[in-house]
Formats: sequence, C-alpha cells, structure tokens
Amino acid sequence: MEASIPASAAPPTLQVRNLQTSFFTRAGVVRAVNDVSFNVGRGQVLGLVGESGSGKTVTGFSIMRLVDAPGRITGGQILFGGKDLVTTSEEEMRQIRGNRIAMIFQDPMMTLNPVLRIDTQMIETMQAHRSISKDDARQRARDTLGMVGIPSPDERLKSYPHQFSGGMRQRVAIAIALLHEPELIVADEPTTALDVTIQGQILAEVQKLAATTGTSIVWITHDLSVVAGLADDIAVMYAGRIAEYGAVADVLDHPLHPYTVGLLGSVPSRNRRGEPLRQIPGMTPSLMSLPPGCAFQNRCPRSEEVCRQDPPMAEILPAHEARCFRPHLEKAEVAA
Amino acid sequence: MSATTQAPPAIDRTGGQKMIEVAGVSRRFAKRLDFAGKILAKLGVPLRDEVVHAVDNVDLVIRKGEVVGLVGESGCGKSTLGRMVAGILPPSDGNILWKGRDRTGMGGKDARAAMLQAQMIFQDPMSSLNPRLKVSEIIGEAPLVHGLTKRSDQARYVDEQMRRAGLDPAFKGRYPHQFSGGQRQRIGIARALAVQPEFLVCDESVAALDVSIQAQILNLFMKLRQELDLTYLFISHDLGVVEHLSDRVVIMYLGRVVEEAATETVFARANHPYTQSLLAAVPRIEARKKAFAVVRGEIPSPLNPPAGCHFHPRCPHAFDRCRAEVPALKEVAPGHRSRCHLNDQPGHGGMPV
Repeated sequence: MEASIPASAAPPTLQVRNLQTSFFTRAGVVRAVNDVSFNVGRGQVLGLVGESGSGKTVTGFSIMRLVDAPGRITGGQILFGGKDLVTTSEEEMRQIRGNRIAMIFQDPMMTLNPVLRIDTQMIETMQAHRSISKDDARQRARDTLGMVGIPSPDERLKSYPHQFSGGMRQRVAIAIALLHEPELIVADEPTTALDVTIQGQILAEVQKLAATTGTSIVWITHDLSVVAGLADDIAVMYAGRIAEYGAVADVLDHPLHPYTVGLLGSVPSRNRRGEPLRQIPGMTPSLMSLPPGCAFQNRCPRSEEVCRQDPPMAEILPAHEARCFRPHLEKAEVAA
Repeated sequence: MSATTQAPPAIDRTGGQKMIEVAGVSRRFAKRLDFAGKILAKLGVPLRDEVVHAVDNVDLVIRKGEVVGLVGESGCGKSTLGRMVAGILPPSDGNILWKGRDRTGMGGKDARAAMLQAQMIFQDPMSSLNPRLKVSEIIGEAPLVHGLTKRSDQARYVDEQMRRAGLDPAFKGRYPHQFSGGQRQRIGIARALAVQPEFLVCDESVAALDVSIQAQILNLFMKLRQELDLTYLFISHDLGVVEHLSDRVVIMYLGRVVEEAATETVFARANHPYTQSLLAAVPRIEARKKAFAVVRGEIPSPLNPPAGCHFHPRCPHAFDRCRAEVPALKEVAPGHRSRCHLNDQPGHGGMPV
C-alpha cells in the first residue's frame, strides 16, 4: 500500500525538534510539552499516543500554532517543508493553516458552524486561501464530500451540520480538512466519540487517503489499538515527554519503556479472560509536581536510584528510541 | 411470548437462582404533537406523534453470580434496558421479575428492599455525584436513611466502603471535583456498594477512563464480584472489555436483541451478521497496517427503523425475506440464540465469516 510513495528521498514533511510548550499559570509553570522530537515522512502516519494530560493534544496545537495564552511555545523547532513554524509570522501562519496543514478535532461541532450550511462553509474555506470561482469551489466541495464517503453529496451540501449524524459530521470535518489537499493533517482523537463500525469506516478512508494522496498524518489518540492498524510510527507520550518512539511493529511487539509495557498490559484483549488485568499502579502525576528525574518512576516496577536523574532520549535499538535507564531489553513480558 | 421467556437450560451456567427475568419488555419514548401540530393534524395534515421504540420486546434472564455483558452501538437501547433492569425506569410493556416477583406489584417495604438490592453505576461520575456533598455524605447518606448503619457508626461504615473501593478514607472530607476521573468512578462504586446490593448495573462505567485507569477499575469490579458475590449487568460498547469480564454476552441492535450466547461462543462463532461485522470492526493491537473492515452504511434512525430485520440495509447477506419479515430470536445451538433468517436457509449450518 505504501509502495506508491517514493521512499525517504525527500526530507520528511514534518520535523519536530525539541519542542517545548509551557503554560504560565498563576499556580506555576506547566511544561505541557517538554523536549518532544519526531519526524513524519510523506504519506506516513504517526500515531501520537498518550493518556489524558500527557501533552499529546498540546503537541498537535503547537504544530498548528494554536496555543493560546497563558500557553507559549518556549523552545525547539517545528520544521514543515524546511520552514520553522515556530518563528513564522502570524500573517504567514494564516496562509499555511487550513491550507497546507489541516486539523481534525475530536468533536466535529468544534469545526463546523451550526448556523451555516455545509456548502457555505466549504466554499468560504476555499475562497479564503485561493482565488476560485464559487461554482468551481462548489464542484470541489462536492467531489471532496464524495471522496470521504458521503452518499448523495449534491443534496448533503445544502444541509446544516445538525442534520448529519455524528459519523457523517466527522466525515464533513475531514472533507473540509482535505479541501486544499494539505501536505499534513493533524487529527486529534477524531474517532473517539464514534461507534466501532463508523470508526472502522473513517479509518479505512483515512488510510486510503494517506496512501493515494501522499498526505502525512499525525494521529493523536489514547487508543493503542486504533494506531496499531493505521500508523507507520508510534510515539508514546507521558507527562509531556515522549517515552518511546519507533516503528509500530517495534514499539508494540518489543516495547522498551516500562510505561509502554504497562499500557499494553492494561488492554483487556491482551489478558486472559477473567484474570486480573495487569494494571499500572497509581495515576498520572500532575505536571505541576513532577518528581525530579523520570516522570514515571513512582509507578514503575523497575525504577532504581538512577531514575532520580533525567533519562535522556536514546536510540536503544536501531530506529527505536526510549527515554529510560532501565528499558526492557529482553523481549518484554507482554502476552499476546 | 411464553415460549421465548423460558431460558434454555444450557444458559444456566451457574445453576443459580434467577435474579432478574425480563419478559417481553418494551420501552417507547414519544414526542407528542404540540398545540399547532394537533390543529394541523385535525385539518388533515399527516402529522403524528413521533414514537421511538428504544427497547422492543426483549427477553433476558440474569442468574445469580453471573456477569452478563450487554453490547451495542449508540441508540441501540442498551442503556434504556439497563435502567429498566435497575428499576429506575418503568417499562412500557412487559414484566421485569426480581427473584421471581414483579417489582411493580410489591408492597412498600418489599419494593424498597428490592430497589436497594439493584444498584447502578453510571458512565460519568461527575454528573451522577452531587458536587455540593462531601464524599462521606455521598457514600454515607443512603445506608443511614435505609437503616443499614447507625449515625454513631456511620463514620466507620463509610471508611469501610471507601477502603473496599480502593479509596483512602482520609479523603472523605473532600468534594467530588477534588478527585481524578478514576477516583470519582470509585466514589460512584463505593456509593452503590454502601447499600449492600446483590446486583449491579454498570452503564459504560469505564468508557471515559484512560486505559491504565480502566484496567484498575475493571480489576476492582472483578475483585468485588468475588468478595461480595455480586451479579452484574455490564453495559458497554467496548467488546474487549465485555469479552474480558462477562460470562454471557447479549448484543442489541436498534432496540432488539440480535444475539445472545456464552462469551467464548460469541467471540469464536458469532452467528448474526451484525455481531460478525461488529467483531470485524474492532481495532486490535495485533493488527498491522491492515485494511479496516468496513460495515456499509449508518445506524438507521430509531424513529424510522427499516422494516423486517433492522440490520438488512447494512447486511452483506440480506435477501428478500429480510426486508419483509422480522426474524425471530431462535436457538441455533444450546444456549446460543440469534435473530437471523439465514439460520432457516437449508444447508446453512452456523454461518461462516
């Protein structure tokens, strides 16, 4: 399926380098994204996985430069087609956002204006970024709706968002993201609120898209099993940092970081029926009061004295990085 | 109806007493015409009350000690059925028997005891916990009112309930908003357990939690089942969770039960095409760059469900009979019931996927 895309001859579509995003609140500085780096190649899908509060959404918002006060990108680079988005002016960013990088949100009602018809919204989006006649724009809108699997797109163009079901609304949001054939789509939990059969349909569409148009995708989710079938690479985030990063098969079949091991062990389908699930003790620490050193040390079964220091991100196996002093070098004991 | 209410003997896994017996239960929600609508209807405009058959003629038996998983997508009526079983919503038709007796016909004292025995744990603890009460009040109020503890003993009783649900009793002076999502769910569990129920209805109780927290809560449910000899109706859209926890699985689609069998049977030999496509659509960690299985179409509106088998517009095997005639829920193997016309087709033994 990936064969249609020329292998890594060109530089990756997106290179995030040591990104730092912090929120300066009255209670203190929250380092929501702390030294995060990853690459997404052309037509590749990166699964950005983490639990609530891990910083995965803020990473997505940082790429879009949508972080609002009191938050601010405080360091690092976001190289998109060779251009650093961190230092790009807001003026230029407006031309890139929605045009060359698009975002899909968890709740499509966040994207769609409830009082405007779908065609108005889609045509408006197109005319904001390029000079295109209304008829051409309508034509393009109709084609895009058809592409994401909306039946009878001509009639549906005249509908309002509330006349669509949840799954259809998400398709419309995806269609709007696709209007300008963006080079990169940041998708923030787009199927979390949908039923399994509808989720399957959306995933199938997205997969087809990445393969045929060469669009790169950052797929943000808390659900490892969704990215298992969709992504090429996985970055597991914990407390604002990437804990583990590598190809899907490497990360899921041979997890290095104890957090990834724990996360995989918590999935019910990977445990024997009726037996207690292997759970991670405790809960995600508050970003305001992280322990010094590894953020996972208090929940980690392998933590030692050395974990009080900050573990560096290291390439422990070829093209498979983890931020851990005591990684699971032996084949980790995660039953299939 | 009488033929279907008799549970086949093979379902009787535990040989236990029938805890809940749901017989021919339906629940309709109607949106009545407003004044203008009534006038227009009188003038011959074709307007009628809009009626949703949320639950349509469901039979279900839950025996003591069992964990029954109730699975379905949004709008299939699983929560409505759960609420009726828990006794907080009356059925429009049919009977729900609690240990063989109809709850509606019971007298005050018996009815109250029966209601206490069946408790419910909700999906969103923030909307089911009173934000203005301290945890000690949330957990301690009901047992005091119902005479399960004395005021002098209330503090100790609350501590015990909190410890059992994995909460530190030192936090009992706090309010719900001071807890994390997983801990709030534990408060909901402690509150339900405080009145010493025998039967719990869990409605998507782990759906909103992170995976690692979800595992903790599921483990707690399993531990409590052992310790307190509880019976569960576990409602979820997550087949992985249901597979792990349940003895028996019931699958609903648009208000009707389409399949019912022991958990291993459902996951190994699903009979109904809907169950099969549901299982195929579940993302699995073992999958790599796979083409996602696609079920055609959307869930139809329950306001205007398709005729015949509700699943026929999306079913890959649908034929003429499916469009005209509602299939009956029939036994296809001992303890395995399915609602599909294909099972009547000659030479069709247990549909291959």
